[in-house]
Parts: sequence; C-alpha cells; structure tokens
Amino acid sequence: MAHIEVEENVPGIRSLVMFRPETGKPLYELAQVLLRGESPLTEAERELIAAYVSKRNDTMFCTMSHAATSRELYGSEKNIVDDVLNDVQQSEISDKMKALLNIAGKVQILGKEVLPEDIEAARKQGADDREIHDTVLIAATFSMYNRYVDGLASFTPTDPEEYIEMGKRMAEKGYVTPK
Amino acid sequence: MPHINVDETLPGIRSLMAFSPDTAEPMGKLANLLLRTNEGLSMAEREMIAAHVSYLNDCFYCQQSHGAIAVCYLNGNEALVEQVKKDYKQADISDKMKALLSIAGSVQKGGKHVTEVQIEEAKESGATDKDIHDTVLIAAMFCMFNRYVDGLAANTPTDLSTYPLRAKQIAEKGYGNYIFSTPQPASIINK
Repeated sequence: MAHIEVEENVPGIRSLVMFRPETGKPLYELAQVLLRGESPLTEAERELIAAYVSKRNDTMFCTMSHAATSRELYGSEKNIVDDVLNDVQQSEISDKMKALLNIAGKVQILGKEVLPEDIEAARKQGADDREIHDTVLIAATFSMYNRYVDGLASFTPTDPEEYIEMGKRMAEKGYVTPK
Repeated sequence: MPHINVDETLPGIRSLMAFSPDTAEPMGKLANLLLRTNEGLSMAEREMIAAHVSYLNDCFYCQQSHGAIAVCYLNGNEALVEQVKKDYKQADISDKMKALLSIAGSVQKGGKHVTEVQIEEAKESGATDKDIHDTVLIAAMFCMFNRYVDGLAANTPTDLSTYPLRAKQIAEKGYGNYIFSTPQPASIINK
C-alpha cells in the first residue's frame, strides 16, 4: 500500500501525479522533452538508459515500463534491451552506447563518480557534448523518478502483460499527463 | 573544468540550464512549485530539506546555494541551517520537521529505504499526506539536481561570500528561466 492516500490500482508515478497534478505537469514535461525531444540519441536508446538506471535503483515499475517502451521502439532489434539489462559488456550494443551507459551507471551512484576518463572514453567512441549531457540528465532524472515512485511506495503491477501495453502507449504517445 | 563545453561565467546548474534550455524549463517550474510556497511546509523548511539532501549527496554547489537561501528566509540564522544540514536531530526545529528530514535522508539513499515507521512518526507529529509527498519529491528532485551538477562537473564557486548574494535574488524572485539569463551578482563583483 502506498504511504499516502492515492487512487488505488493506478500504477507507479501516475497515481502520484494524480495526487498532486501541479508538480506532475513539469515532471511529465521533463520526461517528454528529454526522452522524445531533439537529441542525437534515438528514443529507443534514451528509454534504454532510463530502464538501465531504474534497474540499478531496483525500481521495478520504472524498469519494466521503460524497458517495454524501449523494446517497442527498437522493433525488430528489441532483444538488445534485455541483453543490455543483463550485461552491458556482453551485449551487442555500440561501443559508444557502452561508454554512455558506463557514465549513466556512475551518475546513478553519485555525480562525483563520473571521472574525466569516463568522459574521455565516451568521446573516443564519438560521443559529443549533447549526448554526454543527455545521458547524465536522463540518469539524474531517473534517480529522481525512481525515488519518487519507491519513496511513496506507489502501486507496482506484477503482470508483465500490463507493461507491454504501457510500453506501446509510451512509445506511441509519449508522456501525457494523466487526467 | 566542466565535462562539456558550457558558459564558464555561469556557476553550477545555471551553466547546464543555459546549455539545455528545453530541459531547464520544466526543471525550473518544478523547483518553483516545490520550493516557493508556504503551503503546509514553509519556504525555509523546504530549502532546509533541499540543503540537507544536497549535503548528504556531497554536492557543494547545491548545499551552499540552498543553505544560503534558507538562511535568507530565516533572517540570517546561519547556525540553524548548518545544524540541520549536518545533524538535524540536535537542531532547534519541530518534531514534524525532524520526522520529515529523516524521510528525506532515506529517500537520498534510495526510495525503498523509507519505512512505514518513518511515515507513521511523521503523521503522528502532524505531517499531512501533502507534506510527506512534498518532502519525498523535494528529496528526489535534489537527487536529480545534485547528480546533474556533479555528473557534468559544473563550475562551483569556492568563494563562500558569493552565495548569499545569489540567494537574495532567489529569495526575492524565485526560480525560473530568468535565472540563467540574468547576470550573477557574484561574477560582477569578481570582475
């Protein structure tokens, strides 16, 4: 049960945003611009960074929903999502994405964990300022969303089917504030 | 030196917000909504939660800035803010605030660290659902801001005398887009 009185059976962040719509609006706007706005990283890659950070934070709701969204967006290459979540190094994702996921993992621990050599490694694989910025900010925002969702113990569905539906909706419509 | 090429005259998160105005806009709105209201929790209490979490995350820029803003609201009571940052249990604040700071500290470690007992204690000392909600979201939001600032190694002014000048601007005008387009009083003095 959630720590505060929210609408029952509404999953994860949606229930919290319905509890306090004023703060919900910029929270969804931030997700929309960061994960769907202009970026040299594809939407599928950005959703994968979100799922990867959420998994490291052990937030099941965000991991499952963003992994499902990333699978939708990768389409026929969707296996990459589970490969990365299982083991980045063994996966067949690009070396640039490996370097960026390394940075995201450091940010998940704490900002200061990111060292100049981590940035250097990403640049060697062709990452530019914008890609590095977006990676750090996605990892930082999910360090917020994950804590929001778990810190208030919001409802986490356990049926994988529900997440497939969620993934389809989020891939197609993006982040629309719940009414 | 910052990890990416940003305007070096802007300190901390402001340089990053100037680099990426599209993401800065909702972040500024969120900060305004959570930190610039006295509903339930006062603005001073909200900034103290922000400063405490930033202290726990070892983010120098954010703990100095938000500490200084709290001091502004508390008519210069620097000693109280320092105490809340480092050892709130001994500080002269309400039991409700102590219970909420305990929740904020758990959120800083990870959302799942918040226990039923902590929530119960907060409610018993008078915290409403909205107070608890805002505490968790302020703590979570600073886990984002702190990581954004330190993760990109944004410039951090080390001259502590510059923070109160900046804090006064925020105390008077709040957060928002203008914060990365108006000059930093400190940088004018440095020149």
